[in-house]
Amino acid sequence: MSSAVQSPALPKKQPSRAWRSLRRNPSAIIGALIILPIALLAILAPLLPIADPNATSWTAIRLAPNAQYWMGTDEIGRDIFSRMIWGARASLLAGTISVAIALVTGVPLGLLAGYFGGWVDMVISRITEALLAMPFLIMAIALAAFLGPSLTNAMIAIGLSAMPIIIRLTRGQVLAVKAEDYVEGARAVGLNHFEIMSRYILPNIVPPIIVQAALTIATAIIAEASLSFLGLGQQAPAPSWGSMLNTAKNFLSQAPTYALFPGLAIFLVVVGFNLLGDGLRDALDPREH
Amino acid sequence: MTEPVLSVRNLTTSFRTEAGWKSVVRNMGFDIHAGETVAVVGESGSGKSVTSLSVMRLLDPHASRIEGEVILNGRNLLGLSERGMQDVRGNEIAMIFQEPMTSLNPAYTVGRQIAEVLIRHKEMSKDEARRAAIAMMERVRIPNADRRFDQYPHEFSGGMRQRVMIAMALAARPKLLIADEPTTALDVTIQGQILDLIKELQQEEGMAVLFITHDMGVVAEIADRTVVMFRGDQAETGTTEKIFRDAAHPYSRALLAAVPALGAMEGADKPLRFPRVDMASGAISPLPPQARPVDYAAAPLLSVKNLATRFDVKSGLLNRTTGAVHAVEGVSFDLWAGETLSLVGESGCGKSTTGRSIMRLVEPRGGEISLQSRDVLKLSGSEMQAMRRDIQMIFQDPFSSLNPRMTVGQAVAEPLIKHGIAKGQAARARAAELLDQVGLNSAMMDRYPHEFSGGQRQRVAIARVLGLEPKVIVADESVSALDVSIKAQVCNLLMDLQERLGIAFLFISHDMAVVERISHRVAVMYLGEIVEIGPRAQVFGNPQHDYTKKLIAAVPVPDPDRRALRRNTPVDELKSPVRPLGFVPPVRSYREAGPGHFVMSA
Repeated sequence: MSSAVQSPALPKKQPSRAWRSLRRNPSAIIGALIILPIALLAILAPLLPIADPNATSWTAIRLAPNAQYWMGTDEIGRDIFSRMIWGARASLLAGTISVAIALVTGVPLGLLAGYFGGWVDMVISRITEALLAMPFLIMAIALAAFLGPSLTNAMIAIGLSAMPIIIRLTRGQVLAVKAEDYVEGARAVGLNHFEIMSRYILPNIVPPIIVQAALTIATAIIAEASLSFLGLGQQAPAPSWGSMLNTAKNFLSQAPTYALFPGLAIFLVVVGFNLLGDGLRDALDPREH
Repeated sequence: MTEPVLSVRNLTTSFRTEAGWKSVVRNMGFDIHAGETVAVVGESGSGKSVTSLSVMRLLDPHASRIEGEVILNGRNLLGLSERGMQDVRGNEIAMIFQEPMTSLNPAYTVGRQIAEVLIRHKEMSKDEARRAAIAMMERVRIPNADRRFDQYPHEFSGGMRQRVMIAMALAARPKLLIADEPTTALDVTIQGQILDLIKELQQEEGMAVLFITHDMGVVAEIADRTVVMFRGDQAETGTTEKIFRDAAHPYSRALLAAVPALGAMEGADKPLRFPRVDMASGAISPLPPQARPVDYAAAPLLSVKNLATRFDVKSGLLNRTTGAVHAVEGVSFDLWAGETLSLVGESGCGKSTTGRSIMRLVEPRGGEISLQSRDVLKLSGSEMQAMRRDIQMIFQDPFSSLNPRMTVGQAVAEPLIKHGIAKGQAARARAAELLDQVGLNSAMMDRYPHEFSGGQRQRVAIARVLGLEPKVIVADESVSALDVSIKAQVCNLLMDLQERLGIAFLFISHDMAVVERISHRVAVMYLGEIVEIGPRAQVFGNPQHDYTKKLIAAVPVPDPDRRALRRNTPVDELKSPVRPLGFVPPVRSYREAGPGHFVMSA
């Protein structure tokens, strides 16, 4: 190391500015406070002292919440509290993994289309438009049916159905950022296309994509519920919030609390991800101070 | 003396911030009489626009507080209701803004927008308003007014749109016209026409004009009295002659000293640094000229021959090519080490495209570019990336030329790492050195661009390209967006670097006064072609081409005594370089008007 490196004029590099600002962001904190406990419960489900989510009891059918069954029981006597916790795994997985699939496929395609333009853009954009012409849920159902019923396939189906929106959003953002002088400046300095895309364009288009991703997680959780209802997602008897809610709606007049808990859980997670998305957007922007 | 039209007393405007009310304009006081023009000048952030917005009460009432008195014809505007103010705006006080491209509604015809003012304020019928609007358009010298009445704003050029704005502003015969940087976005010849127009209309109407500007040349040209603002305070008020002749406040003197004045270089043969001016004390210390000699006997560093860059114009259902914008056509010049060659001309003349073609940021259609006898146009992608070490570019807008997601340290270190000059901590240390070299504190290297001012950002952009030790720097309007004092500093920095490192600059600018100061040679571009090129003293002292003469004559001179030399430039618009398909550009010939001084003759 040269002596210049130790020069006191050189300040220590501070790596976690975004992290520090995230911790100060109220909406991010509230979002995290909602999601983290639920995620923790879902991860620790096998270790928790709770009833077997699939154990039926013919003596405890459709019970209201009580001391033994905190959230009551379902139509074949399974503990709803336990099923809620196990069901969180399916819902959170479906939400996050399918959005991850959508991002991993959609962002690069959108980047390529927006950055290179021309025929690359033509091909990607025309296919995207064709996919967007199909309603989100219909496409997810068709894909899931094609891939075969399982939670994994449902996540792939939801992810691919959410991809076109991500492609289009990314492409639009790239077009706006590409016109900035600093992108041309990067070319003038001699950077190649990959370096420009990864260092100059991607970081500047992350905020709207994060917000879209947070919203899409919410949509994906609901889509998973719908697929499970159709038998294309989580396979019975394994629980998911969506399948629970769909069953519960048949018993709304007899056991209103049955629908309450999965519905509330979906609502909370969706709000949580939205808040977290907002917070992330602000934290990732160095101008927000 | 008669009552003033507008009388501003103790005007203080504050904005609500997290830390409470913060005053941005303090204790302003001035009068404007009928037929008089008062200029408010200052650098960005000095509060001149806030002053005009306060007079119009156009600031958000929840986030701002205006104190004092604004008396228009004996009535205090600050005491009026919002409803009462609506009758004043556009009627008694009219306003024109800086940006003619965005201040007209693109969805309505130009004529309708003028007529609307008359219908709203003068209760005219539609037919009357139409006739009056056409008369108004004729008064602001818009050719073929009755035909252009039904055209939309996008069919008008920038200068013509500003005329429309003026027509709208004057339609209701206001007592006071507030012009907020009305010519800043316009080309210099168009600026001259607009200033002439405002003056003529003022004489015809006996209107009072409040003119907001940062340009001392414009002030000298138009203002009877001048208010100098400095960081929210009124530094000085007086007749324009007095302010220019012997200003009392040190800041006014400093501001004037920093202004590049066309013609200041007569008799000088070398590029001259701007004097160092202390903005607080007003002390002026002249600096030596840039003394490094240019060796014209050596082979040129950069040689451009018959460069042509065209952009296809597509139209119709099938998107067929129907013509081309001949942005650059047959441009040839040489650039020697340690020399500054300036490309001047008005917007759309192809000077920026020339710079970008040389960098191959756009692909030229023809011609030769050789950099140190390597043919730039034949380089492959990777060779091109390597070549970019030698030729670098600095952009105009310091607010968009740095990646907002990268710290300035990263921005400066990145080219070093990319080209394998240094890496890791060594790159960081070198970046710190470079920041020191351009006069920034290297302790700030972990900050993001938004934490810097425009001038500081431009220094960062310079530090970034400097690390590569380029032989040529293309500076595309690099100082145009900066305040005068900062502009002088950045120009001096460029000259320092040239003297020390022998960098050649291709300096692209529309600012004739700056060009005169820093160039060795000058090339004047018009409609994509060079019409005149030669040593700076020759081109400015003995201009040969009509366009060069017109361009030089149009520049406002910061000297009220020379105002008598009225320009009376004819009303015209820049012609378009769009040519039909198959157009063969004429072969141009140049005659030599002096040693190294060439003028297009046919």
